[in-house]
Amino acid sequence: MVMPLESPISFTNVGRIRWWQRGIFASQTGYVLLALAILLVVMHFASPYFFTEGNMQNVAKNFSFIAIATLGVTFVIITGGIDLSVGSMMCFSAMITSMVMTELSAPGSPAGSLFVHMAADGKTVLANVPGLILLISLLAGLGVALIAGLVNGFCIAVLGLSPFVTTLGMLSIVRGLGYVVSNGRGSFPGGPDADYFYALTSGDVLGVPVPFIYLVVLALVMAVVLHHSAFGRHVFALGGNEKAAELTGIPVVRVKIEVYVICALAAGLQGIIISGWLGSAPANMATSYELNVIAAAVIGGANLAGGIGGPLGAIVGCVLLEVIRNGLVLAQVSSYWQQTLVGVIIILAVLVDRIRSRMV
Amino acid sequence: MTHAEATPVLELTGIGKEFGAIRALHEVDLKVLPGEVVGLMGDNGAGKSTLVKIIAGNFRPSHGEIRFAGSAVHFNRPVDARAVGIEVVYQDLALADNLTAAANVFLGRELKRKFGPLAVLDHKAMAARALELFGELRSETRPDDLVKQMSGGQRQAVAIARTRLSNARLVMMDEPTAAISVRQVEQVLGLIHRLKEQGVAVMLISHRMPDVFAVCDRVIVMRRGEKRADKPIQQTSPEEVTALITGAKEAA
Repeated sequence: MVMPLESPISFTNVGRIRWWQRGIFASQTGYVLLALAILLVVMHFASPYFFTEGNMQNVAKNFSFIAIATLGVTFVIITGGIDLSVGSMMCFSAMITSMVMTELSAPGSPAGSLFVHMAADGKTVLANVPGLILLISLLAGLGVALIAGLVNGFCIAVLGLSPFVTTLGMLSIVRGLGYVVSNGRGSFPGGPDADYFYALTSGDVLGVPVPFIYLVVLALVMAVVLHHSAFGRHVFALGGNEKAAELTGIPVVRVKIEVYVICALAAGLQGIIISGWLGSAPANMATSYELNVIAAAVIGGANLAGGIGGPLGAIVGCVLLEVIRNGLVLAQVSSYWQQTLVGVIIILAVLVDRIRSRMV
Repeated sequence: MTHAEATPVLELTGIGKEFGAIRALHEVDLKVLPGEVVGLMGDNGAGKSTLVKIIAGNFRPSHGEIRFAGSAVHFNRPVDARAVGIEVVYQDLALADNLTAAANVFLGRELKRKFGPLAVLDHKAMAARALELFGELRSETRPDDLVKQMSGGQRQAVAIARTRLSNARLVMMDEPTAAISVRQVEQVLGLIHRLKEQGVAVMLISHRMPDVFAVCDRVIVMRRGEKRADKPIQQTSPEEVTALITGAKEAA
């Protein structure tokens, strides 16, 4: 923004912060983005297969599988909270979605007769209203995520429990419920709308995987919300100084509940997308994904102390993790090394940022 | 006294506050006139903070009446006090370090532009208004700089600029000079003068005798929950105020 010339103050003692000392250039996200670019170049020379269309599609799809949840958890991290229940939430939402879909698609059952009928041949099940079952099952899957998010938010913002403990509890509760409702077996999307479901979750548009398209759209929405809405401003303020936020009249409780709901919904959506790719929602699906998601957010520059983070960082973190995994596979290194390397990168990324902020 | 006839901005009569068996305040009367800088002094536990919190709407008084600009007011929450024109600059300034100066000034009262049902932040208008406010306060503060990177004096300017947004008529400052350098103390005292020039009444809560004597028109001394002195600054001395604070002298 340009300072007007008729400015009544002259800045004799206060210098202007240079462009390279502010914004993305002075953030951990910037450094990790640079590291990623270098890594991509190195990969290009190391393996002729890396920049092929098939491999790129594969990479795009794979990082989209954790990136949407990472966007959600980034909201929570910016407020200075944490959500450990995202992995379980992914599984439970996916499971509820496919169970509701299967249930509503069973002809003869009380609920099913409203939605489906048998075709003339007596074997094929037809939908009364195409797409309606899918819509209701998606709403059911996201609905349970909404409820879990509200419970998390209520315990943390209203009852004042620690985010770590609350969401650790929720991790276990939701995973347990997943085993209970499916009797430990998981569930499969079924019925006449299953084809729509697969098209919406694991299809592609002009060669671009749909999860990647969802990710880009959601990331853009998140960027606008964080930087151009009062809600986004309040999310940052909450992470920067919660007491100040309270004193200046920001509705702290409401904002906190909202971020946990957003996080749970993002995780739910992510789980539904993953189940479309897997073709099922097993009861142990996405176990310990919360660690990947939080690691990606932290590598991308979200600060666990609160106040810093954004969608670009979340995506950069996810891409970096996936490129490394992909690179290790192409280099025929045992994929068991991946976890070790991820750990090293988390520490390195945070270390570089610490060194930089000491130097300024 | 030139403006003895003016309506006081703030008038407290017989304010008392009990917390259970503890009497924190007893029969406090005081008046603050427009454009007047009043120093509120007292040792720890003298009742200063309780009094400030009652005026700011954090507590309700057990007894007595608060009149603001001539009419009786009852505050249930700090927001109520802010609505009539009382702003508080807190000791720790209540700033979010990770946001810019302009964002902090407008925190909780962001300016927005409407696009149909959506309201987006009006960054330009907020930066321009913040720059104007910093200009009024003669503070070299850029609206787009992060508060994290600012000096103590600039941070004070941001916190004070916030009070100027709503055209506050009474600004209470809790220990604004407690933890900053000598040069920055000068700046803060300058800021208080700016507020006074614009007809804003200021209540300065401070332990630092030189600061109180440098900017205040009047000094009020609290001890053991009671007002022990209320004097124009010319008619008293640091020695007398110290004696009043410690109790070496009972009242003046």
